[in-house]
Amino acid sequence: MIGTEIERLIQLLAKLPGLGPRSARRAVLYMMKRRETVMTPLVKALAEAAEKIVTCHDCGNLDTVDPCAICADGRRDPTIICVVEEVADLWALERAGTFKGRYHVLGGVLSAIDGMGPEDLNIAGLIARAGEAGLGEVILATGATVDGQTTAHYLMERLAGCGVTVTRLAQGVPVGGELDYLDDGTLSAALKARRPF
Amino acid sequence: MDWSDEGIVLAARKHGEGSAIVTLLTRSHGRHAGLVRGGAGRRQRGVFEAGNRVTATWRARLSEHLGTYSCELVESVAASFLDDRWRLAGLSAACAMTDVVLPEREPHARVFEGSLELLAALKGWDGAAGGGDGGHGGSWPALYVRWELMLLGELGFGLDLGSCAATGENDGLVYVSPKTGRAVSSSAGAPYRDKLLALPRFLTREAGTEAAEGVSPAEIRQGLDLTGYFFARHVFAPESRPMPSSRSRFVEGFR
Repeated sequence: MIGTEIERLIQLLAKLPGLGPRSARRAVLYMMKRRETVMTPLVKALAEAAEKIVTCHDCGNLDTVDPCAICADGRRDPTIICVVEEVADLWALERAGTFKGRYHVLGGVLSAIDGMGPEDLNIAGLIARAGEAGLGEVILATGATVDGQTTAHYLMERLAGCGVTVTRLAQGVPVGGELDYLDDGTLSAALKARRPF
Repeated sequence: MDWSDEGIVLAARKHGEGSAIVTLLTRSHGRHAGLVRGGAGRRQRGVFEAGNRVTATWRARLSEHLGTYSCELVESVAASFLDDRWRLAGLSAACAMTDVVLPEREPHARVFEGSLELLAALKGWDGAAGGGDGGHGGSWPALYVRWELMLLGELGFGLDLGSCAATGENDGLVYVSPKTGRAVSSSAGAPYRDKLLALPRFLTREAGTEAAEGVSPAEIRQGLDLTGYFFARHVFAPESRPMPSSRSRFVEGFR
């Protein structure tokens, strides 16, 4: 029926997020029909990525160079560090295009359920960076969840002696959000964080 | 089979891509887990934050199956104090302790009622009006200690703090025997004071008087050390399990 190579490819693709066996089969058929335009470039890109992508020793970002392009960019403000949970959060902030400082990726959040403690996160690196001369502000951009905010409070305590200003992201009404559809927690957070107009 | 009940979210573990295995503390069915399809997705994730109150319907073909939950949010508890590290730590510790120590699918109505009371105290406590010590004081930490004492009692390891184990007197109780879990008066316990655990004063008073009389952080720490000792001895050590890290961090805050 199906060759072992194709079967293996389907099984591997089915392990990716967003894909199951059926969608993996469709993807494989799509690639087989477009070997030159899709499959070969994809194979090349995968091989290059697997070979070249490394974790930045400074911030924990993924890039082909170490330090990463963000850390090495001289136009970025070296006095501000934005702390995020995962690389995906860093990418989200970069998409927004408003933050011009540098980042620090924790690699998760403190979680009793998942057994994640401070030693499992990239906290030591952050404390070391916070102790460097010239750093003025650390923005804690962890999620507005119990674990995310517990991590933020823990970091704030650890950063207390480093002589930097520690700030965190605001919580409240999202752009395009209607009050009628907001949960009571977001509404109360928005009311608490109100400011002069 | 299916049932509907009130519940408090204790934990939500991601399962697959968008689903979550959610553990609830329910009024009539105790600590009960179930699969929530889409529970880890963008729409529902906020519902399953630890401490949130929900109404849950559980369905399964057989009672021993994991089953699936469908839940509706009743009250988002943690959202109102995400900026308060102590209350957040207290909430995380309470949820983790319940999740770890309570047997599954065994009704514990007292724990449910006590947890509701604790959540209400956490949510209603006003840091600005409650003592001005950054959340260390106030009545909710005292309530947390009493909640842990109640949890120990529900597990069958209740402490007897009403009278002295040696003399039977009700006054001057300042120690607890680590062997029996009974209170000991200052006179009877004096020769053994190094071996006895400290009994914080507020635990010898009636529950509910903490707000009026005040409880110091040192007393809270004594209370947490007391309950922690018996949890470690009766619950965690026999199973070679560590105390939940969130409780340890909460206790550290009072040191």
